[in-house]
Amino acid sequence: MTSFMPPADRFWWKVPVGRQEIVWILIALTWCLIMFFMMPYWHIYGKQNLSNEAYQTTPAKFGAKVQEGIDQNKVGEEAGLPIIHPPAGSDVYMLARLWQWWPILELEKNKTYRLHLSSMDWQHGFSVQPININMQVVPGYEMVLTVTPDQAGEYGVVCNEYCGIGHHTMVGKIYVKE
Amino acid sequence: MAQFRTCPDTGLYFHKSAESLIKANAVAAAVALLVAGILALLVVLTRWQAVHLLPADQFYMALTAHGIDALIFWIIFFEMAVLYVASSTLLRCRLATPAWGWVQFLLMLIGAVMTNVAIFQGSSSVMMTSYVPMQAAPHFYLGLILFAVGALIGCFIFFGTLVVAKQEKTYDGSIPLVTFGAVTAAIIAVFTIASGAIILIPTFLWSIGYIAHIDAEMYRVVWWGLGHSSQQINVAAHVAIWYLIAGLVFGARPMSEKVSRTAYLLYILFLQLACAHHILVDPGISSEWKVFNTSYAMYLAVLASLIHGLTVPGSIEVAQRGKGFNNGLFEWLRKAPWENPVFSSMFISLVVFGFLGGITGVVMGTEQINLIIHNTIYVPAHFHATVAVGTTMAFMGVTYFLIPVLFRRQMILPGLAKIQPYLFGGGMTIMVLFMLGAGTLGVSRRHWDMDFTGAALGFDYPGMAYTLMGIGAFGGVIGVLGGGAFLLITVGSLVFGKKLEPSAGLLQSFGLPLAASCYSNQRPETLPRAAPLPVEGHGSSSFEAPGTFVLAMVLLVSFIVYYFINWKYLASVWPLS
Repeated sequence: MTSFMPPADRFWWKVPVGRQEIVWILIALTWCLIMFFMMPYWHIYGKQNLSNEAYQTTPAKFGAKVQEGIDQNKVGEEAGLPIIHPPAGSDVYMLARLWQWWPILELEKNKTYRLHLSSMDWQHGFSVQPININMQVVPGYEMVLTVTPDQAGEYGVVCNEYCGIGHHTMVGKIYVKE
Repeated sequence: MAQFRTCPDTGLYFHKSAESLIKANAVAAAVALLVAGILALLVVLTRWQAVHLLPADQFYMALTAHGIDALIFWIIFFEMAVLYVASSTLLRCRLATPAWGWVQFLLMLIGAVMTNVAIFQGSSSVMMTSYVPMQAAPHFYLGLILFAVGALIGCFIFFGTLVVAKQEKTYDGSIPLVTFGAVTAAIIAVFTIASGAIILIPTFLWSIGYIAHIDAEMYRVVWWGLGHSSQQINVAAHVAIWYLIAGLVFGARPMSEKVSRTAYLLYILFLQLACAHHILVDPGISSEWKVFNTSYAMYLAVLASLIHGLTVPGSIEVAQRGKGFNNGLFEWLRKAPWENPVFSSMFISLVVFGFLGGITGVVMGTEQINLIIHNTIYVPAHFHATVAVGTTMAFMGVTYFLIPVLFRRQMILPGLAKIQPYLFGGGMTIMVLFMLGAGTLGVSRRHWDMDFTGAALGFDYPGMAYTLMGIGAFGGVIGVLGGGAFLLITVGSLVFGKKLEPSAGLLQSFGLPLAASCYSNQRPETLPRAAPLPVEGHGSSSFEAPGTFVLAMVLLVSFIVYYFINWKYLASVWPLS
């Protein structure tokens, strides 16, 4: 009956800790340290790391960049959206707005791209499926992901940050060609 | 003159003013839980794609209200009651400034009603997080601000009561561990409410046109100082309740006061930083910052939870072994009162919080792994394990205890009460497990239609994703039934339960004899220190709780395996930097 009564020993902080607790604390602390070191380790040896590159921007500035990319690299249209095929290694711009990912991207397998993402209005979630890569897209910020699609196929870009009544219709496309 | 009533069997003293406030806050909490539960059913039946109950606008409205009523109003109203119990009742002390207690209650009540009105008017379907620049009606934010001010007043009444107790020497020695846990919760609450004020007050001014612009990223960073830290209040509070119930049901004493209190101290120092793991995939935040805040510091808080995970069941094991349940590793657990909902709720809370909530939380809070989890339905699966099972079931367990002790009513439907924790805990566990699976397949959270009806470009989730969501929703429905059973029993007992005569011993069917007596003006005797240990003290070199140690190792091994499975999964996605 003591968890809700004052400790039996007035100087409870001087009571030695049992061996069981000490062993468990050491095991748990070791595990916590391993988990900590896994993150720096993955920065050095892992291939999937988060972008540290971002800029402040405005919808007008970012929108102009996206349009420029479409003008230079447009190769077709699907469902009224332009499809662009940017050169490998180039800067690729994609915007999120109510309720579109604009434009559709056509990328080449195993080529690296600098993918710039921003929102024209509210917050959106860049969720590439079924590969399952998820990023937050925030208005006023331009995030640059250096991405190397290493599996060919057709990918959906689902919006996974709630953005109003048409949220569920906000789906984009990325094609990765051999 | 302060009026007290005693409960000779449990040794608890209730100060009349505090008692009324505990009742008022607990009842308000139950009402919020009722609303949240009804909304939960609507949300679950909409995300079950085969049923797809609500239209999009009503779904987002229901989801916003469910999040706020469950995560904020139910839990914080209940936590106010916990603070009053942990200070006034446990310390046998009169409540500091009872009149301010009613200010606390009324402000929180007005705030809760105001925010709900804003949501159900339809103009504030912005989700609990209300990310800018999406805008809610001004009274949505104002309601939350009033609610937070009320909660802050509650924290200061709690601190004031501790001061009074110290000055009037109502207890001998140091404050009890449970009260220490409540102090932790209240300190974290002050930080949390400060973060909330820093972001919600400007957002309110923005919604009425006094401020032109709120930076969306700044909002996210500061808002999570409110949003995640408020969950840390829950952790501190429900761990305190685990210790309380272990003491009440088993007479368990903490294995080591020093270890348990140090673990709480780690919460105060490091849990706040964990709110960084909500912004791991956001633009403009450096990896160094993320790694420090979510790991270096957060894992010290994880360490604290791992410690409580050993010491709470360990203290029960020691108490049970002391009663002679000494056969093998697990007789102490087998012979535990599994039909007593006070205990079973608490134990399910402990297990599911550790195995499902804790492990998934650390995994998705890992910097790189977050990118395969962020904003998928894995996230609500995680926090339903921590909050809907962990916190809510701990609160349910203590409510079963309070019905006869505090409200002096005999519990109705004892048969249903025996199975209610299994119904709620089981249903929610099924929901959590299958939502975790669906999240791994990329199913989005906060999403009305996984068929993307009406979208110009489509995407097809694998058939398995639909199956997992369907089974998860089925578990959710069972969980809602379990929650409904809880409200039926508790509210029903308040209305229809037999009034307990003064000093009528009850609750014996759950192994808890107790009696209620009349109020008197006499000051309670000073709360004595716990009786010293009979023979061998703690701090022995033998393993006092070997069964618990085995269970803790099972947890650790599951944790390690699952953690590395997720790294493996991460390694399969496109290279990114």
